[in-house]
Amino acid sequence: MTHAVSNGLLASDLVKNFGSVSVLKNINFSMNADEAVGIVGPNGAGKTTLLSALAGAFQLDQGSILLNNQDVTEKCASARCNLGVVRTHQIPKPFDGMTVFENVLVAASYGVDADKQTAYQHTLNAIQLSGMEHVANRQAESLGLLDRKRLELARALATQPKILLLDEIAGGLTEAESVQLVDTIKELRRQGIGIIWIEHIVHVLLQVAERLICMDSGEIIADGEPQAVLSNPQVVKAYLGGGIE
Amino acid sequence: MSQWTNSVTIQRWTPSSRYAIVFAGLVLVLLALAPLFASNGLLDRLTALFIYVILAAMWNALAGYGGLISVGQQAFFGLGAYFTIRIADLGLDPFISVALAALIVGVISYPISLVMLRLKGGEFAIGMWVVASILHLMVNLDGLIQGETGISLVSLNHYDSAQRLTIIYLLTLGSMAGLLALLFFVLRSKTGSAIQAIRDNEEAATSVGVKPEKTKQLLFVIAAFGIGVAGALWLTSATTFLPKTYFSVQWSAYMIFMVLVGGIGKFEGAILGAIIFFLVETWFSSTGVWYLVSLGAIAIAFSLFLPKGIWGELERRFNWHFLPVGYQVVEKNKINTDKK
Repeated sequence: MTHAVSNGLLASDLVKNFGSVSVLKNINFSMNADEAVGIVGPNGAGKTTLLSALAGAFQLDQGSILLNNQDVTEKCASARCNLGVVRTHQIPKPFDGMTVFENVLVAASYGVDADKQTAYQHTLNAIQLSGMEHVANRQAESLGLLDRKRLELARALATQPKILLLDEIAGGLTEAESVQLVDTIKELRRQGIGIIWIEHIVHVLLQVAERLICMDSGEIIADGEPQAVLSNPQVVKAYLGGGIE
Repeated sequence: MSQWTNSVTIQRWTPSSRYAIVFAGLVLVLLALAPLFASNGLLDRLTALFIYVILAAMWNALAGYGGLISVGQQAFFGLGAYFTIRIADLGLDPFISVALAALIVGVISYPISLVMLRLKGGEFAIGMWVVASILHLMVNLDGLIQGETGISLVSLNHYDSAQRLTIIYLLTLGSMAGLLALLFFVLRSKTGSAIQAIRDNEEAATSVGVKPEKTKQLLFVIAAFGIGVAGALWLTSATTFLPKTYFSVQWSAYMIFMVLVGGIGKFEGAILGAIIFFLVETWFSSTGVWYLVSLGAIAIAFSLFLPKGIWGELERRFNWHFLPVGYQVVEKNKINTDKK
């Protein structure tokens, strides 16, 4: 489902091949900056590749990406972050040799143009919003999985994003931890931050997503209201013939 | 929501770090006065120590903070000495030649960085060794140098022996202090945080707005400049430029030893490692080949059993942060304590 967006993302005809493997096949996608969009699909569907393309992690083989009507196709991840599009990683990538505060401060200092005191404040706010106050001085290498995921989120939030790209951030968390995470993301929604969230744990995703996209084999096979997408026969088939719980 | 953020503040200096800075200042003043009371032999040895501190600090910045492990930094050590000879040959004062040579090394290192920083990990490390070897061969092609026969910095003879020794000593001391201050300033700045972030995960650093290429280039050039200064100063002390000696990989081996033993990625560790290396060299270098074997064995032992070096261990056990480049979040009612 694509339509021109004056305030948001518009991706047109995205193609990405890794060698002979076609991972994104003419993807067309758009979202308003205040939307919460969930992306589901089986492993290898191209979800993370699409997120990486939107974040500027690599150059596309074909297609264009507009952010607020500005062409950002050629812009690298660093530049897109400065424009307000930032991602978290499926496998957390902390700066191991630095403390949690220092990790987040890097993002607050470089993600947005801010003086030192403002960067400190953004850092503390992001740490608090992510529930990491108790480990602010801990070395990132000593963190458990939940805190590593939270650190990914805190670092992204410190850049003052307009659109946040979340990649399986609830994966590996317990039910209680997922509830905490959803509360945090709902708070971000209240602040007007747009979200694209890839997640396998669909019932967690549906607590936030207002719109759902299903991908399979590098293509978008369904896009729309979440319950309608989940009952789409193509989507059910993509999930090995079963319904999605 | 704002309760915690209002109750904490960011602390960078602690009382112990303030005392350490004052102590370091007093030591520098004492060292600056040393020519008034120290023997020529002691001044000469201290000059060597200061150069070791520069080498260790620069390699530590590059590898310990930036993750750019290189076994080819002797390239810039040799170039620093070479350009000092070349510029002095034009008729300039040898000490002005030292400064100009170091600047030229810094400038030359920039285009080298554009190529070499495309390499990662082991490729970068070995690639730098190749760069050093190529530059060594190129310097040998200069007729002035006379191949491996080398040449002396004869313009130093315009100064009498005692005056020359004092100037070299003070110049080296000033260079060491200035370069340490420069590194400390850079590593404490937001660029320093970016340098460490790139070391730990370049992709993640890029995703939060860091520009890795420019940041790594800056670090590479600073390290090359500092090592160029060290090479030029070593020449003024040793007088004779022998390409094979100055471009020898042993300099990188010394830098690695100092940083591994003192504490990689620790500002204080590099200084401590240089002092330890200096003492080991002073006491045991006369044992010949066993001295070199021992250096290698000690470096391997530290890598295996004390990977964060002596300072890393002291920092872990006693929470010492004498020259802190990091940040601590502290509750406002606990400011100015050394406790975490």
